Amino acid sequence: MRFLRTTAAALAALAATPALADITLYSGRGEPLVAPIIETFTAQTGINVNVRYGGTAELAVLLQEEGDASPADLFWAQDAAALGAVVDLFAPLPEPLVADVPSAYRDSENRWVATSGRGRVLAYSTDRVDAADLPASIFDLTDEKWRGRIALPATNGSFLAHVTAMRVVHGEETTQDWLNGIAANDPVPVRNNTAAIQAIGDGEADVAVTNNYYLVRFLNRDADFPVNQTLFADEGDIGNLLLVAGMGMLSTSTNQEHAQAFVEFLLSPAAQQFFTGEVSEFPIIPGTIVTRQDINIADVIQVAPEVDLNTIGDLEGTLELIRAAGLI
Amino acid sequence: MSLTTVISPAPWRLPRARVIFSALGLLIGGLMVLPLIWLVMRAAQADMAQVIGMLTRPRTLQLLINTGLLVVSTLALATAMALPLAWLVSRTDLPGRRLINVLAVIPLAVPGYVMAYALIGLSGNFGFMNQVFGVTIPRLQGLPGATIALALYTFPYIYLNLRAAFAGLDQSLEEAARALGATPREVFFRVTLPHLMPGLMAGWLVVGLYVIGDFGAVALMRFEVFSYAIYIQYSAAFDRVYAAWLALMLIVIALSVVWWESRLREGAHFARTGSGAGAARRQLALPRAGQALGWAFAALVVLASIGLPIAVLSFWMVRLDDLPGVLPELFRAFSQSLSVAAPAALLAAAMALPVAVLAVRYPSPLSTLINRLAFVGYAIPALAFALAFVFFSLHGARFLYQTHLLLVTVYALSFLALALGPIRSALYQARPSVEESARALGHGPLSVFARVTLPTIRPGVIAGMVLVFVIAMKELPIAFLLAPTGFRPLAITMFSRTSEGMLMEAAPYAAAIMAFSALFVGFVLRHDKKS
Repeated sequence: MRFLRTTAAALAALAATPALADITLYSGRGEPLVAPIIETFTAQTGINVNVRYGGTAELAVLLQEEGDASPADLFWAQDAAALGAVVDLFAPLPEPLVADVPSAYRDSENRWVATSGRGRVLAYSTDRVDAADLPASIFDLTDEKWRGRIALPATNGSFLAHVTAMRVVHGEETTQDWLNGIAANDPVPVRNNTAAIQAIGDGEADVAVTNNYYLVRFLNRDADFPVNQTLFADEGDIGNLLLVAGMGMLSTSTNQEHAQAFVEFLLSPAAQQFFTGEVSEFPIIPGTIVTRQDINIADVIQVAPEVDLNTIGDLEGTLELIRAAGLI
Repeated sequence: MSLTTVISPAPWRLPRARVIFSALGLLIGGLMVLPLIWLVMRAAQADMAQVIGMLTRPRTLQLLINTGLLVVSTLALATAMALPLAWLVSRTDLPGRRLINVLAVIPLAVPGYVMAYALIGLSGNFGFMNQVFGVTIPRLQGLPGATIALALYTFPYIYLNLRAAFAGLDQSLEEAARALGATPREVFFRVTLPHLMPGLMAGWLVVGLYVIGDFGAVALMRFEVFSYAIYIQYSAAFDRVYAAWLALMLIVIALSVVWWESRLREGAHFARTGSGAGAARRQLALPRAGQALGWAFAALVVLASIGLPIAVLSFWMVRLDDLPGVLPELFRAFSQSLSVAAPAALLAAAMALPVAVLAVRYPSPLSTLINRLAFVGYAIPALAFALAFVFFSLHGARFLYQTHLLLVTVYALSFLALALGPIRSALYQARPSVEESARALGHGPLSVFARVTLPTIRPGVIAGMVLVFVIAMKELPIAFLLAPTGFRPLAITMFSRTSEGMLMEAAPYAAAIMAFSALFVGFVLRHDKKS
C-alpha cells in the first residue's frame, strides 16, 4: 500500500510540473553540454525552451514518423547527415540570420545551419607510433605497415559522413579502393569514436581517424593517457574534413519567431565561444575568440578540404561501398 | 428443488470468467497487433528489388548463424549460473540466502554499456588488471565475449523463473520418488527437473529473445549478429522502410522461438491431483564443505555480475569533482524513473494475469494465439515498437501522444512477456482442485480468482513485476520517442552524458539505476517474505 501511495505521490508531483514552453526543441546533443546554453538563452530572452533529449538517429526517425503532426519547433542534430535525412520537414531560415555562416556549413536553401564544427583528426598511440612515421594523407592508411593497427568505427555517423565526402571529392572508384585497402589491412572494429580511442589506449590498435573532441575528454580524466592526435600533413587532404553539428526549424513550427531567436542566439559570439571552451569543438562563425583548444582552429581551416556538406547526403550509397568492402 | 437448480449455476459461472479473461486477452493481443500492422505498412513502401538484394546477401545468412550460436551459448552459460543459485536459495539452509536472492536479481539493473566497459576494461595494456595488478589479459571479444557479457546480465531472468518454479514445486512428489527407491540423481532428473521445465523454458524464452534483439553488448564485443543490420538501417541510414523488413524478419525468428517453446509447454500438467496437503517446505542442511562451496559459487557469480560494474563505476566516480552537486538532479531523475517504472510494472503484471489464466485454465486456439501475441512487444525492436505507437497515437488518439500514460502503457506492453513467464509458471503449479472446492463452497469465479488463485501465484506475480520494473528503469529508445517532452528519467540523463563521451559524469546516474533497482528488489522481496 505504501508503495502505491509513493507511486501516486510521484505521479501527482509529475502532473504538477509540465512546463508551459514557448518553443520545443528535439536535441540529439547531450543535456550536460546544451543545458547551460539554453538556460542563458531563457535568462536573456524570457523564452522558455522545452527540450526532448534523445539519440540523434532516434529523433530523426521520430520526426519522419511525426511528419506534419510534430510538436517540435527545432531539431538539433549531432551531424549534417541526420539533418539531411529530415530536410524536407524544415522551413528555410532567413538569409540575414545565417549570413555569417560559410555556405559550405549550411543547407543550400538555408533549411539547416551548422552550430559548431568538429574536425576529423588522426589519433595515435604515443607509446607505439613515432610522430615522424604518421601518414601524411588518409590514403596512406592503406599502407601495409598499418596492418592490424587501425581502430575503425565503421557504423559511426561521422565515419559515414567522412566516406561520403571522400566519394564526392575523389569519386566512387577511389573511395571503394580506399575502403578495400582498409579492409585488407584488418582493422580493429570498434563501435564509436570513444571506443576507438580506448582501443588505442588499451594497446589493441595504434591509430584511428576520429572527431577532435573525444580525446580531450580522456585527457581531462587522465593527463597521462597514452594517446595524442594530429592533422594529416597534406594540405587539403580529405582526412582533415571539418564536420558539423547543426539545427533546422520545422516548417510545422507554430512559433517560428522564437525558434529563429534561438538559432540566432546559438550563432552569437558568446554561444560560439562556449562551444570552443567547454565542448572542445570549433566555432562556425569566423572570428570567434577560441578559449581552449588542443588543435588550433586556424590550422584546421588551413588544411581542411573544401567540401560542401550539402553534397554528402547519400548515406545509402556510402553503406553500399562499405558493405562491398566487407567492413559491415 | 429440482435437479436443474443444482446443476445450472456451474456451467453458467465458468463461461463468465472465461468471457472476461478472453475479452481482456483479446484487447491485449489487439494492442500487440498494432505494431505488426505498422511494420507491414512501412515495409510495403519499399522497392522490392532492393529488399531482395538486402535479404539474400550471403552476409545475412552469416549474421543469422551468428545469432543462433549466440543464443545457444548464452542460454547455456546463463543456466549454469542461475540453476545452482536458485537451488541454493530455495532448497538449502545456506546462510545469507536472502541476500543472495536480492543480489542475483541486481545484474538486470546494470546498464549494458557499464557491463561491457567493465569486461573490456579488465583487459588490455591500459586496462584495470594491468593498472592494478600489472597483468595484461587478452581482450574479451567475439562469441565468447558476447556470451559472457550477455549471460552476466540476463541470467537473473532464468534465476527468477526457476525460483518461482522451486517455490511452487510440491516436495511430496520428490519424497514419493525417494520412497519408491529412486536415487537423489534420479529424483532430480526424473521429478525435479521436469517440474522446473516450464519455469526454465520461460526464462530461456525471455533470454533468447533478449539475445536476438540485443545490439549494445554484441557491438562492443565485436560479434556481428542480425540485430546489427537493423541498427545500421535506423541509425546510420535514418531509414524506417528497409528497417521494417529486417524487423519483420527478426520477428519471424523470434516468434518461431516462441512457437517452439509453447509446443513444448502445451499439454503439460504439473499440479498435484491427489487429496491431502502438499508437504511442508524442507530445507536441505548443507554440510560445512557444501556451505563453503555454495558461498564460493555465489560469490563468483555476484563478483562477476555486480562487482565488476561497481568497480568500474567507482573508478569513474572518484574522479568526479562535484559528486554532492549532482544529488538534486539525481533525485529528480530518480523520481521521474520511478513514476514510469513502478506503474509499468503493475500494469504489465495486470495484463499478464488474464493472458496466463487463458493459457493455463482455458486452453484453446484463441488462448494460444493471445499467448504468442503477448511476446510481440518484447520480440520487436524497441525503436520499431515505439514508432508504431507514435503513428497510432498521432492518427487515432492525439491527446495521448507523448503523455505519461502512453509511455507507461507502451512499457507494459513491451515488457509484458517478462511478467508473463513467472506468472504462467506459478499458475501451472496452482491446483485447480482448490479453486473448484472454493467454487463449490459458493464463491463466484472472480472471487475465487482474487481469494484463492491470486494469493497462490503471488510469488510469480511479484517476480514478474520486479523484472519489468528493473528493465524499465534503464530502457532508452521508447523513452526517447514517447516520454513527455522535458521528461528526463535516469536512463536518459545517463545517455545524455555517455553520448558526448562523458563517462565520468554518467557514472552517478548509472550507479543510481543500479542502487534504486536494488532497493526496489530488496523491498519487494522482503515484503514477499512477510506474507
